[in-house]
Amino acid sequence: MAPVLAIRDLDIRFRTGAGELHAVKRVSFAIEKGETLAIVGESGSGKSQTMLAALGLLAANGGVTGSAKLNGIELVGASQSALDELRGRKVAMIFQEPMTSLDPLYTIGAQLVKVLRRHKPISRVAAREEAAALLDRVRIPDAAARLDSYPHEMSGGQRQRVMIAMALAHGPDLLVADEPTTALDVTIQAEILELLGALQRELGMAIAFITHDLGLVRRFAKRVIVMRGGEIVEHGAVADIFSMPKHDYTKALLDAEPAGRKAPVAADAPIVLTADDIRVEYEILRGMFGRRTLMVKAVDGVSIALRAGETLGLVGESGSGKSTLARSIVRLAPATGLVRFEDRALLPLSKSEIRPIRKTLQMVFQDPYGSLSPRMSVGEIVSEGLRVHEPGLTASQRDARAASALEEVRLDPEMRRRFPHEFSGGQRQRIAIARAIVLRPKLVILDEPTSALDRTIQKAIVELLRDLQARHGLAYLFVSHDLATVRAMADRIAVMKDGKIVEEGETESLLANPRADYTRRLLAAAFTGKVERVKGIEPSS
Amino acid sequence: MLGFVLRRFLSAIPTLFVVITLSFFLMRLAPGGPFDLERPLEAKIMENLQRAYGLDLPLHEQYLRYLGNLLRGDLGPSFFMRDFSVAQILMQGLPVSMALGGGAILLALVLGAGLGAFAAMRQNTGADHAVVGFATAGVTIPNFVVAPVLQIVFGLTLAWLPVGGWNNGALRNVILPVIVLALPQIAVVARMTRAAMIETLRADHIRTLRSLGLGGRHVAEHGLRAALLPVVSYLGPTAAALLTGSVVVETIFGLPGIGRYFVEGALNRDYTLVMGTVVVVAVFVLVFNLIVDILYALLDPRVRYE
Repeated sequence: MAPVLAIRDLDIRFRTGAGELHAVKRVSFAIEKGETLAIVGESGSGKSQTMLAALGLLAANGGVTGSAKLNGIELVGASQSALDELRGRKVAMIFQEPMTSLDPLYTIGAQLVKVLRRHKPISRVAAREEAAALLDRVRIPDAAARLDSYPHEMSGGQRQRVMIAMALAHGPDLLVADEPTTALDVTIQAEILELLGALQRELGMAIAFITHDLGLVRRFAKRVIVMRGGEIVEHGAVADIFSMPKHDYTKALLDAEPAGRKAPVAADAPIVLTADDIRVEYEILRGMFGRRTLMVKAVDGVSIALRAGETLGLVGESGSGKSTLARSIVRLAPATGLVRFEDRALLPLSKSEIRPIRKTLQMVFQDPYGSLSPRMSVGEIVSEGLRVHEPGLTASQRDARAASALEEVRLDPEMRRRFPHEFSGGQRQRIAIARAIVLRPKLVILDEPTSALDRTIQKAIVELLRDLQARHGLAYLFVSHDLATVRAMADRIAVMKDGKIVEEGETESLLANPRADYTRRLLAAAFTGKVERVKGIEPSS
Repeated sequence: MLGFVLRRFLSAIPTLFVVITLSFFLMRLAPGGPFDLERPLEAKIMENLQRAYGLDLPLHEQYLRYLGNLLRGDLGPSFFMRDFSVAQILMQGLPVSMALGGGAILLALVLGAGLGAFAAMRQNTGADHAVVGFATAGVTIPNFVVAPVLQIVFGLTLAWLPVGGWNNGALRNVILPVIVLALPQIAVVARMTRAAMIETLRADHIRTLRSLGLGGRHVAEHGLRAALLPVVSYLGPTAAALLTGSVVVETIFGLPGIGRYFVEGALNRDYTLVMGTVVVVAVFVLVFNLIVDILYALLDPRVRYE
């Protein structure tokens, strides 16, 4: 049987300011009709670029040679109009970022109608009816009414469903799914994958499933390609690769789950932070003159305590209030309640009174790209806090402190002359950590510090954080939705939902015996995939 | 939305009040008065004139009186053009300035956005460089250079169009001044549209369109709509400025707009005329800012004013 997509000697180069980048090096593989092929690798491995190139969607500075045949039709070098005839009809793609993949200025209905009418001569009215049927098929409740919604009125999971509906509008032979669930909460991830599996069986299409998450590969695919540095390093049946990986890189990937456990806290460690009955409420103004208000309780009466050297993992899905709680402790969110930090009451203090205390209370954010000023050198970024909190230091003393902080996070201190854009995501997160520890804090709030990073890099950051904690007796408030990372980091876990803590306990016992229903659901979505397949998803044969 | 418009309307009143008050007192800080001529008037005549126009009253009384008259829609008599009230002068000139400014805005929007989009879709090609070059020239060459050149070429050498005069707003007479007014705005709008659209064309949702076979004109349409957002917010205050006239263009083409009254009024210490033009400009600015906000909400569904 002829394959749906046959890629031969596909080679991709990008012209960049720093010279030519050889992104994909003569890769060859095929996707058979109706099968799911997983393409695995970390960022920069070329896994997405390979498929983008096959569909003629490379960025303008990319050049491609070789061959990619869809149902025997050559795509490399085909004209845009020839490609436009195939894209959306014979092959379609869904992307990683459901938040930005839909045009924010058009309604869902308008976008779906456009897609339908592109390859099918039907009236606007008929297209609208079909659009509603498509939304229904991807299980969006009250589909007909949602046609008039704008993307920003939908959740990430719903937007990804809309994206799937658009991609499947014409029943393509091949669906390219580029990390379709990476940006979603774990329970939503499971739902989306189940939906894709059901639609695949219904439509008999092939899926190229691009991911960095080996857990998903095992659940979703039967055949897998492992890519690294633009080359295919391993290629075979999923079962074989998991049981006896041949290439060192595959082994490293399989082993990349954050491992090990945190050393327990000394029994006599003093309490550094207590937060009592924290509440954060936002008012949403409604009505003509904004007189009617709607109160949203982001954090609803939460109490936590933290000892020196201890890590409390704050777990929950997006919107659960975990980040808001963490921010309210450093007064980045308006809260009521009582926060005590080392015998000082923080929360009733004014903004100016709290400033000297901030030195010992630092924060590391999720996005290593957005949280470092692009116009300051790394040295300036790391030492900036010293200017405020230790004004007595001379410039050379500050510089020396910055250098040693960089050394602590295992970066070359010479890097402090360079600028953030020259660094990878993992290196940037190390810089952000250096910026926090240069002030010798007692408590560091880590707001999803690893979730924007590749697994192997996550592992290294987790090890670094644990090491710094042991050396300096730091207390961590670790906010994360990733239970595997939390397990490797935290002494205790607090599970949040709808602004409340639904369950709290020692890490091991909580993970072994979750009491709350919600905790069980989170655990199921996060861990069971590693051992069994999601129900309803049939890997191709 | 209606509530928002109403609220914005009400909140414009204090702004207008502050503008009027500041201008009133600032203007009086300048030395001299409307009746100070090179050959001073006799003291008695001066006194009579001052009394006739209420300039003998203490300043705060003059101010309250002006406000009172303004509330009744009376902008007062012109001190310098003795036979006319300020309202008459402005009502005569405003239609001329608005016609010219309106034409210029329309050209700026249509040609500017069109050229910008055209260039953005062909980034780094010859066509793109040509548009960027034109835009740079349009911003840098001053209108008092462009205007005479156009007058010489089209008015004298080719003799297609008149070099000046209003002629009751005949199209032939309006073309050159509108082009001169519009040229720098076309350039700015083209640059803004191009930059915003290049940004949008890299967006994820444009890649989505292309992945679904919706290339070419669909990409252009979606890209342009997003790119128009910054253009709209630029055009608001610009429209207010254009519609209230340009001294240079009106002088060069001999047009009876209100632009020149800013200068003449200020030089002649024609207090009421200056105040009148200030009120008109302030109202235009406030109205156009409101229009921009409304357009924004129409163009971008994520913006909701409640």
